[in-house]
Amino acid sequence: MKTEDIEAILEKYSISRGGLISILQGIQSKYGYLPEKSLNIVSEKTGRSLVDIYGVATFYKSFRLKPRGKHLISVCLGTACHVRGGPVIAEEFERQLEIKAGETTPDKEFTLQAVNCLGACALGPIVVVDGHYFSNVNTTKVKQIINKAREGLDKVEIKTDERIFPVEVSCPRCNHTLMDPFNLIDGYPSIRVTTSFGRKHGWLRLSCLYGSYNTEVEYEISEDTVRNFFCPHCHAELIGVTNCPNCDAPMVSMIVRGGGMIQICSRRGCKEHKLDLNGINF
Amino acid sequence: MITLNINGANVSVEKGTTILEALRFIGFPIPTLCFVEGLTPYGACRLCVVEIGEGSSSKLVSSCTYPVEEGLKVRTASKRVIKTRKMIIELLLASCPQSKTIQDLASQYGVHQQRFKQEYEDCILCGLCVRMCEEQMMAKAIGFYGRGENRKIGTPFGIPSEVCRLCGGCMYICPACQLRCTFNQPEKAICGACANLSPPCLDKEQFDDMMCYMDPCVACEIKKD
Ligand code: FES
Ligand code: FES
Repeated sequence: MKTEDIEAILEKYSISRGGLISILQGIQSKYGYLPEKSLNIVSEKTGRSLVDIYGVATFYKSFRLKPRGKHLISVCLGTACHVRGGPVIAEEFERQLEIKAGETTPDKEFTLQAVNCLGACALGPIVVVDGHYFSNVNTTKVKQIINKAREGLDKVEIKTDERIFPVEVSCPRCNHTLMDPFNLIDGYPSIRVTTSFGRKHGWLRLSCLYGSYNTEVEYEISEDTVRNFFCPHCHAELIGVTNCPNCDAPMVSMIVRGGGMIQICSRRGCKEHKLDLNGINF
Repeated sequence: MITLNINGANVSVEKGTTILEALRFIGFPIPTLCFVEGLTPYGACRLCVVEIGEGSSSKLVSSCTYPVEEGLKVRTASKRVIKTRKMIIELLLASCPQSKTIQDLASQYGVHQQRFKQEYEDCILCGLCVRMCEEQMMAKAIGFYGRGENRKIGTPFGIPSEVCRLCGGCMYICPACQLRCTFNQPEKAICGACANLSPPCLDKEQFDDMMCYMDPCVACEIKKD
C-alpha cells in the first residue's frame, strides 16, 4: 500500500463530510478491503478524526477491514432460507472450511459470509459463490460447491456453452493467416501472434474459440500489464482504433475470415473483446 | 419568548431552550441519564420522556432534545409517561444490573422487579464518554463503531489511541461503570497503572497540566517525587 495511491483516491472525491463514503469505496475497490494504514492516511489528509472514519467503516456491511479471500461464499440466512435449513448449510460450510461466518480461511482462498435474503427465496436454501447461484442446497452439496469454487467458476464450459464458436483470423495489414494448425488450444488450431512487453518479445497463442480465454505464452507476464501485439509475418502492430471500454488499454484488432473484425483488449487479465461481422455487432 | 403549558401552568422561556431545560428551570424533577450540562444532548437513554400534545395526537418525546414551541402542552407525570419511564428503567436494569446509577434510579422510581434476561453489559451506549472525549477533552479518541446489536464504544481498531491522553474523563462520566478497571489485561486498560506501575501518560510530556480525572494516580505520585 502506498501513500500516493490513497492520495490519488482522495483527490478524486471531495473532502467534505459526504465524500467519506466515496473515498472508502475507492480504497476498497483498489485493495479489496480497508487497510488500517489507509484509514490513518485518510484521517490525516481530510482532517477528520480516525474514530469517525472507523465508525463509518464498521457501520456499513459492504466495508471490510480484513482482506477477503479469493472466493466469496455467501450463505443465505434470510427468513425463507432459514426455514428451509439455511443454518444447517452455514454450519456445514463452517465445519468444512474450518472458519466461522465472516472469516477468511488462513490460505486466503475462501471467505464465508452469512447474508439475509438474496432475492431467490423460492429456490432456497441459496448459496452464492463468486456471483454464481446454487439453489436447493443441502449438506451433501456443500463439498461439491467448495470444490467447484476451488476450480474456478468463471471457467467456461467449452463443449457445452453455445456462446462459443471458433473463428479464423488474419493480419489486417498483410492478410496472412494468424492460425497455427500445429498447436491446438481447446482442441482447435490456435491464433499465434508476437507480443512484446518492455524489452521482451515472445509468441502468444490464443484460443480461436470466441468466448474462451485460454492462452499459452512464451514469457509469463503479470496480470494487468498492457502488451503490444504484432503480426508474426509482416511484424506490423495489430492495433485497433479504439480503447477498451473496461480498462482503457488499446484494443488489438484482427480480421475475421469471411468478413468482419475482432477486437480484444491488450491488457492481460482483461476479458473485454468485441466481434464485428460486417457491421453486425455481437 | 415562547409560552408553553407545562402540567397546566403557562410558562415563558427563551426561544431555543429544550423542554428539559424549561422543566428544570421551573423545578420539575425529570430524571436523566445521558444528559449532562456542557455536553450536547443526545437523546439516547429516553429517561427524560414527557408527553406532548393533547388527546389522540399526544406523543412521547425525549425532553432533552425537543426544543420548546409556542403553545406546546407538556405533561411530565401522566400515566403514560410514568409507565414508559418505569419500563425504560427496567430495560436499563436488565442490561446493566451492576450499575449503581441505574440501581438508584430504579429504587427512586419504584422499579422493584426486572422481568427481562440479565445481560451484565458494561455499556448502555448513552454516548456520554464519546461526547466527553470530543467536546470537553478535545481528543476524539473513542467513538461508536459497528451497528445494531454489535454497536460498541471503543478506540479505532481496538488499539490504544494516539490522541488519548489518559485523562480518565470517559470513566469519570460513565453511568454504567464505576471506573472500569481491567488491570489483569494491562494492555487493554486505560491506565494499567496498578499492574505495571508505569502509567503511559508519564512519557506524554505535553499533557503536563491538562485536566485529568485519575485520582489517585500513580503517575502523579511518581512525578511529584
Ligand atoms: S431468504 Fe434466502 S433468498 Fe430470500
Ligand atoms: S436524558 Fe434525554 S434521552 Fe437521555
